[in-house]
Amino acid sequence: MSRFPISRRRFLHTTALGAAAMSAPAVLRAQGAPVKVGILHPVSGALSYSGQQGRIGAQLAIDEINGAGGIKALGGAKIEPMLGDAQSTPEGGNAEVEKMNAAGVAAIVGGYASAICLAASQTAARYDLPYVVDVGVVDSIVTRGLKNTFRFGPGFGVIAKTALENLVTINDQAGKPAKTAMIVHEDSAFGAGLAKLLNAQLPDKGFQVLETISHPTPTRDFNNVALKIKAQSPDLVIPANYYNEYVLLARTLLQQKIRPKGIYSVLGGAASSYKFVKEFPEAAQFIMDCNHWFDPKNPKALELKKKVEAKGEFYTYEVYMNYSGVLLLADALERAGSADRARIIAALESSTFAGHVMPYGPTKFVNGQNQGAAPVNTQVLDKDIQVILPAKFASAKAVFPIPG
Amino acid sequence: MLSPAILIPAILNGLMSGAVYALVALGLTLIYGVLHIINFAHGALLTAAMFAAFFANRWLGLDPYVAAFLLTPLFFALGYALQRFVIGPAAHGEDRNILLVTLGLAVVIENALLYVFRADTRILDLPYGFDTIQVGPAFIALPRAIAFVAVIAVALALWLIMRFSDTGKAIRAVAREKLGAELAGIDVAHVYAMTFGLGTACLAVAACLLIPSYYVNPSAGNAFVLIAFTIVVLGGMGSVAGALIGGLFVGVVESLSGLWLGESLGQIGIFLIFILALLLRPSGLFGERA
Repeated sequence: MSRFPISRRRFLHTTALGAAAMSAPAVLRAQGAPVKVGILHPVSGALSYSGQQGRIGAQLAIDEINGAGGIKALGGAKIEPMLGDAQSTPEGGNAEVEKMNAAGVAAIVGGYASAICLAASQTAARYDLPYVVDVGVVDSIVTRGLKNTFRFGPGFGVIAKTALENLVTINDQAGKPAKTAMIVHEDSAFGAGLAKLLNAQLPDKGFQVLETISHPTPTRDFNNVALKIKAQSPDLVIPANYYNEYVLLARTLLQQKIRPKGIYSVLGGAASSYKFVKEFPEAAQFIMDCNHWFDPKNPKALELKKKVEAKGEFYTYEVYMNYSGVLLLADALERAGSADRARIIAALESSTFAGHVMPYGPTKFVNGQNQGAAPVNTQVLDKDIQVILPAKFASAKAVFPIPG
Repeated sequence: MLSPAILIPAILNGLMSGAVYALVALGLTLIYGVLHIINFAHGALLTAAMFAAFFANRWLGLDPYVAAFLLTPLFFALGYALQRFVIGPAAHGEDRNILLVTLGLAVVIENALLYVFRADTRILDLPYGFDTIQVGPAFIALPRAIAFVAVIAVALALWLIMRFSDTGKAIRAVAREKLGAELAGIDVAHVYAMTFGLGTACLAVAACLLIPSYYVNPSAGNAFVLIAFTIVVLGGMGSVAGALIGGLFVGVVESLSGLWLGESLGQIGIFLIFILALLLRPSGLFGERA
């Protein structure tokens, strides 16, 4: 009496077929079959604007790849995006990774916020699912030894170091007018981590940190924060928070007539955003930022800018970071010649991809971190955003201290 | 840290936010005072009113302060209908049931909003949103100053209605002695619905005052209701004056504790008050002893 509905003969028959299929050349097997890629962003909730911008960038890259004939090594397979919404929370990100894994995606790009990237990449690691971080800057994202996680952009260790060096340069050029600073940061992984780093390093560079103020995301009233800044009247205000809060803080400072010698942000959520500059030019004027920025000498980056603006959208860092991240993954798919997760991870590890729009040079991952990744310094000058440092990309000279 | 240049603006800011808290608490305390139930749908109705004020501006181009004159009667009618045709009949005369029905309503309203508008946070950008008026060393945001004045006016109007109008007298009669009021020929079901309508109308005013300086998402109202509960407990259940004074006090406490403990911990002060009020004066500042 058999308890199994499949007979032995039938079992042999099907497994033999399966084995035959497995051993067939990859090109034949994959022909025409699209490659599913998870595109994960916080498109709703407190970070929805940034999430939606990230999704635009990823979608543009996918359209471009598919329009140019798909992944050639896979017989012209198209990339099929599986869009996920992390709802601005790590739990939301995790849930989407589970769904994407169940749907059989080959890799995931995105996450945006550090807290989401940390959680989502860890969940993906359980399934050996390649995860390309688009923005998330917390350094522990790439120091946990996760084989599947790759960050194309810079982490905040590098960013803080660059930001401080550039701040010293700018301050020295102006005759050292700034001696004191106050840090205003959001209280999740990104803001709190960055504030800690700045607090440790600013005194070594000759700046006294008068006070460090934390606030939750979202915050809808910065009056108390503004009052504290007014009380201490620091030379520099250093904000590290996300878009909505950054805009509100800058507008509240303007409203309360608080004019420090400079607003110098490190990864300021809005400080180098064309949306902010267009909507609130008065609040944005003279704000300096050390942040992600496209390579202004790269014709492809400028072409992408035109394309995004033609759609009526703003060319923000989320757009070009995600655009580059998807292209990086597509390059890895080409070289892996397979949608197999382990082979994609191996291909990412050995990536030398240079077809992106960032000022990073050829890609080189060491423990999942792209070594060439670096931020630039920008300043809002007359309703536009200019690069002020490093000198080889600069389009304007820093205006510091704020005149008037 | 304690210089008057900081303290005075912080207290003024607290009074401004406290005024709006007071208005939300007014609606809650009114409904409690008469129906003797805690309206769990209060937060959801406030959120709904905020969405209404938001889209009155986006779609009809109405300034929130103008929209208030349209939305207040509309939400009065909504509140009246809810009590008369949904909560009242579904409760079958039992207080416990009313409680559950309002809780159910809250879940339905919140999720309907979530379904239609998603979890996005929306902000209304008005040209005067960041204008200020100078009061001594402080710059007060114009929308908050307007809200403060409006709340005082609404509270005064509500007090006058309760004191002198026939409806107000009927409401007070029902609140004090339901059976007696019924015997005197007062239509209790109508009075209940009127009260619920007035409470909901307060929310429409609060929403229109909030939207120029606040944001709206499907759970925006909840933050206010938690504070409003504290105010109602502090001021005394069912007391108009208690809600107003309690609201202003809580606003100042929130602002000052935010200043000293930081934005992330600022609300701790409010809940300390809540516990202290329950421990030391359970009937509230203006409440009658049970």
